[in-house]
Amino acid sequence: MTIMKAENLSIEFSGKTVLKSLTIAVEKGQMISIIGPNGSGKSTLLKALSRNLKPDQGTVYLDGNNLAELSAKVIARKMAVLPQSPEAPKDLTVRDLVEYGRYPHQNWWQARSTHDDQCVDWALVQTGLAEMADRIVSTLSGGERQRVWIAMALAQKPEILLLDEPTTYLDICHQLEIMELLAEFNQKHTMTVVLVLHDINHAARYSDCVVILQQGEIFAIGTPQEVITPHTLRAVFGVESEIRMDNVGRPVVLITGLTKKRR
Amino acid sequence: MLSKKTFSCDGLRERGAWRAFVLVLFTLLALGGIILSLTKGALDISVHDIITAIFSDNSGANRQVIWNIRLPRTLVGALVGINLALAGAILQGVMKNPLADPHIIGISSGAGLAGVTIMILFPHKEYLVTPIAFVGAMLSALFIYILAWKGGIRPIRIILAGVAVSAFLNSGISALMVFYSDRVHGALMWMVGGLSARSWPHLDIILPYTIVGGILALLGAGRLNLLNLGDDMARGLGLNVEVSRITMTAVAALLAASAVSVVGLLGFVGLIVPHAARLLVGSDYRYLLPASAILGVGVVTLSDTLARVAFSPIEIPVGIIMAFVGAPFFLYLLRRDA
Repeated sequence: MTIMKAENLSIEFSGKTVLKSLTIAVEKGQMISIIGPNGSGKSTLLKALSRNLKPDQGTVYLDGNNLAELSAKVIARKMAVLPQSPEAPKDLTVRDLVEYGRYPHQNWWQARSTHDDQCVDWALVQTGLAEMADRIVSTLSGGERQRVWIAMALAQKPEILLLDEPTTYLDICHQLEIMELLAEFNQKHTMTVVLVLHDINHAARYSDCVVILQQGEIFAIGTPQEVITPHTLRAVFGVESEIRMDNVGRPVVLITGLTKKRR
Repeated sequence: MLSKKTFSCDGLRERGAWRAFVLVLFTLLALGGIILSLTKGALDISVHDIITAIFSDNSGANRQVIWNIRLPRTLVGALVGINLALAGAILQGVMKNPLADPHIIGISSGAGLAGVTIMILFPHKEYLVTPIAFVGAMLSALFIYILAWKGGIRPIRIILAGVAVSAFLNSGISALMVFYSDRVHGALMWMVGGLSARSWPHLDIILPYTIVGGILALLGAGRLNLLNLGDDMARGLGLNVEVSRITMTAVAALLAASAVSVVGLLGFVGLIVPHAARLLVGSDYRYLLPASAILGVGVVTLSDTLARVAFSPIEIPVGIIMAFVGAPFFLYLLRRDA
């Protein structure tokens, strides 16, 4: 079942085309990674899918409904979004922030129900933050802070989670921690996950489907085994590579050098 | 903006107790301000005499002084404090800028030009100053909004448009003062902001805005909290960012315009009170807004008492006291941050 679909998305920034009539469908329960070189339109695509950017042309559908016609709260009950490097007031506690995730489920006078509290507790436990719930967010490490944002998104109880480069600025251990957490949610709770990634190996290791963007268009889409090949890496990223298989049959990229440009 | 020192206690329960403590402290300060403002002046009146004067005694000098002069003046001051402090707190959140205050959205310069125009060009129509200043304030806020609009509102564009429009309007004020230098005294007093001769009619003007604006502000606390997380995050959490920003700015504009049109261009309350409150209760708007409002009452009533008593019998405009105390406090904040 398709949970999200974008049809003929086109976006321009001051005359420069960033997305060219792009069409993509996200299946329910999929973990789908968007990769591509700088300026290929990855973040722009995610912003258009999350309604943070209005496409010049084309339509995004969430569960068959036109995203532009849904209210912000209705969308937020189905879809949680984690933008790149979010920031928060420096004196909030972990719990304060995670509670904000319940906003779309609350009415206009914002009374908090016991169900809201349960969802917050659940999100804290799932992300391993229960012990730190009363800590001030600004005193946490980068990896912990990223987990707080994910907990906030989980407290929204979304069906689909959109993340823009959630592992950037984290060390390798915390990168894996975040990826494992997302994969676990994808599998255990059949949460659809759409994420922009920089690291091709992370995309290969964890996603069901990889989308490779080049200059605002989909260059390739498919399973990691299908699309992560020396050919695509050469054509899209301009690097030479060898592909190995890891112990679970996922491709691992070994970059061997830059592709010599023909002049 | 804030250092970790703000909450030396890390536990939630302690933080709740701390916030309650600060709110009680602010309330005591506000009550103290109101009582001092009623008792002190050219004639010192005891609290007991004040109560008699208000509730039972219908004649006598005390009744005159309290009922006709000090009580309305104190109440106007309290409401002005609430309005300006709330407006400042809202704008700092909406614009995500610590320097945002009613000046930024053109309230002061708009009210200033409109008010000064009446006072200088039509001095016999002084009763028009308040309504016209209100209209001027709202028009200039609207104008800045339209200028800053480009498929949505970005705080930085509002701030830049606000600076430009304010400079433009202020040049009009200066021009009027230069051309009619023989009539500037009243206008000058009003430009600084003062509560002198403010009475019941002024209270009637400002009270509805305080009630409606105050309720709308408190209802918007959750939205302001989300706006502080950044536009993308707020949108992802289901906030209609554009609508929230416009409505909350409009609420701030109404609050500030009603205050400024009554007492003149009282600066600094809208800037300093929210900062001081934020320093003590933190940036959660559900606590910050009530704390700012209550602290606003205390600061304005105390400053006004000082303004009346310090150089008695000469009364100095409360705006001067406010800036005199406010500027050093602001520098202290700056140092503390670094």
